[in-house]
Amino acid sequence: MIKNLFNRMEFLIGIVILILIVVMAFGSASFFTVQNLMYQLDAYSGDIIFAMGLLVVLIAGGIDISFMATASASVYIAAKLSLIYHIENPILALACISVSAIAFGLINAFFIYNMKMVSIIVTISMQSVIFGLLMYFTDGRLIYDLPEWWVEPTNLYTFGSSGNLYSITVPIMVLALCIALTIFILNKTSLGKQVYALGGNQEAAHRIGINVGVLHYFAYGYMGFMAGIAGFVQSYRNSEINPSALVGKELDILAAVVLGGASLTGGKGSVIGTILGISLIAIIKNGLNLAGVSSYSFDIIIGLCILVAITITHIHERKKKLS
Amino acid sequence: MLNTKKIDPAMRNLFLLWFAVIAFFTYMKGGEFLSEQTFQSIAFVMPELGLLTLAMFAPLLSGGFNLAIIVIANVTSLFGIAVFHIFQVSEMSIGMQGLMIAVVFVASLLIAMLCGLIIGFMVSYVGAHPILVTLGMMTLLKGVGIIATSGRAVSGVPDVLKFFGNSTIWAIPVPLFIFVGIAILLHLFMTRTTYGRYIYLIGSNINAVYFSGINTKRVVMFIYILSSALATVAGYLMMARFNSSRVGYGDAYLLLTVLIAILGGTDPNGGFGKVSTIAVALLVLQTISTGLNIMGTSQYLSMAMWGLVLLGAMSFKYIKDHYKKKMYVKKAAKATNNDN
Repeated sequence: MIKNLFNRMEFLIGIVILILIVVMAFGSASFFTVQNLMYQLDAYSGDIIFAMGLLVVLIAGGIDISFMATASASVYIAAKLSLIYHIENPILALACISVSAIAFGLINAFFIYNMKMVSIIVTISMQSVIFGLLMYFTDGRLIYDLPEWWVEPTNLYTFGSSGNLYSITVPIMVLALCIALTIFILNKTSLGKQVYALGGNQEAAHRIGINVGVLHYFAYGYMGFMAGIAGFVQSYRNSEINPSALVGKELDILAAVVLGGASLTGGKGSVIGTILGISLIAIIKNGLNLAGVSSYSFDIIIGLCILVAITITHIHERKKKLS
Repeated sequence: MLNTKKIDPAMRNLFLLWFAVIAFFTYMKGGEFLSEQTFQSIAFVMPELGLLTLAMFAPLLSGGFNLAIIVIANVTSLFGIAVFHIFQVSEMSIGMQGLMIAVVFVASLLIAMLCGLIIGFMVSYVGAHPILVTLGMMTLLKGVGIIATSGRAVSGVPDVLKFFGNSTIWAIPVPLFIFVGIAILLHLFMTRTTYGRYIYLIGSNINAVYFSGINTKRVVMFIYILSSALATVAGYLMMARFNSSRVGYGDAYLLLTVLIAILGGTDPNGGFGKVSTIAVALLVLQTISTGLNIMGTSQYLSMAMWGLVLLGAMSFKYIKDHYKKKMYVKKAAKATNNDN
């Protein structure tokens, strides 16, 4: 049992995170506080939601590079439409975001499944198409005059004593819902199990009667949906929409999901691991910030983390195979 | 291979496409497009993109991918420019400059090959996915480059090196000579040497190659070393042309390298592809790009267009292959029916 635990990537990362937290709590008084925790959760809510979508695609054995472009475009479209037609209804706007984001995801799935193309090439192309058209039609103009509900910071729940009030913000709430939904789909439904089966071995999944096509559409559609939601959360936090703010950060999310134990060959990965992966990078960044280290060094540390993490995972796997 | 009289249909189609592209832009823009200056600018920009494409081509051929080529090009040229500054190479005599540049270039190549060695080791011996390994390497090198320069461009290239980026011999740009030379060498290597053939075989079925007694791990390491070395040459050409270097120069080339390789007939699943058709695909693409520039098309619109072209080209190929397969099945069915 204990040996099993040691063989899990999630466990290893958890230990590393614990060590880092202890070290940093001693180093900086402001690190180990509920305030900082809530602030970081709010700040990384978008990233984790993106990661939830990417996790599903990775488990299904694919990869997606286009999700940041999807997020930017779908949020921009929804905002423009609600400004033009004076839509004040949040549900309508959110539906518009979801529909356009899911549509982008389904286009990816069409090329990957029906046209039998390599997923990384399809999604790199889609990123260029979506982002290129978005920037061409908008000239990179920001949207500031968003409807009030879109930008108004709302605290859904406040707790703590009168001196230290902590509040659950909208991004944290949305984040919790997205995590719960992903855990539910992956662990409690047959759809989730089929996604794992598809990533493990597509041919075998097909032969035991799984509808491989539907699963592809589901995985990339879900990625699109999560991207749309995450894009909304980002725009809500910044109270503006910047079409070029997100694109270029895809690989950071990919790195975090992979750190959390997902594999590019598919069939592997968990929500907990993904959250730990993002946390690890967030804690390192936060700690370095508090310690006053230049933000230029983040890339080096993240790069090293990826290389070390994949080495450890593969050595583990080899040991498992041998024993 | 020996039947040289027959022209490869893929090659013929690409040449036809090239003429169509030239005709289109000439129709749109007339003499402004169809001028010596246009073709010279095509010839100046093409080599660096071409070398990066070849750097992407080798891993693609083996069924892999290399996200790190552009960063490797940036970082090695930054290293070169830093050394030039430290030793004040620009102030030396021409002979000394040449010598120093040669030495520094070899050192840059060695650095790049070390990166390639690490990538190859992680891919073959550790068994990690090439996209992940090169992603890690890319992030790491980007960080190193940004720390060293604070993200700024560093300028000041010695005159001798500028010659390689900006001069012409008999109206043909020097970079083009370098590219054509390297492309021919690579073509010969891929087609005439056993190691080159191994790369193709590995892309088709790595297990079969392994069980026929070939050290596949060493070949995979070699592929990434070769890829990094080609990227370094591209980096030096870019540095020579811009008279400066920066992390982020050529970021937009990543999609284009994949696009050219695939238009040039490379199978992204590995195993198929030729240097010669890639060179022609490169010519077509660079002509389109220069033409769009002359027409004043927004860079974002062309970015979207490249994506569409890549998706369209691959869909076309899939549908064509699918149709062909169906035809064969029909023919075979007919033949068996007739036999009965």
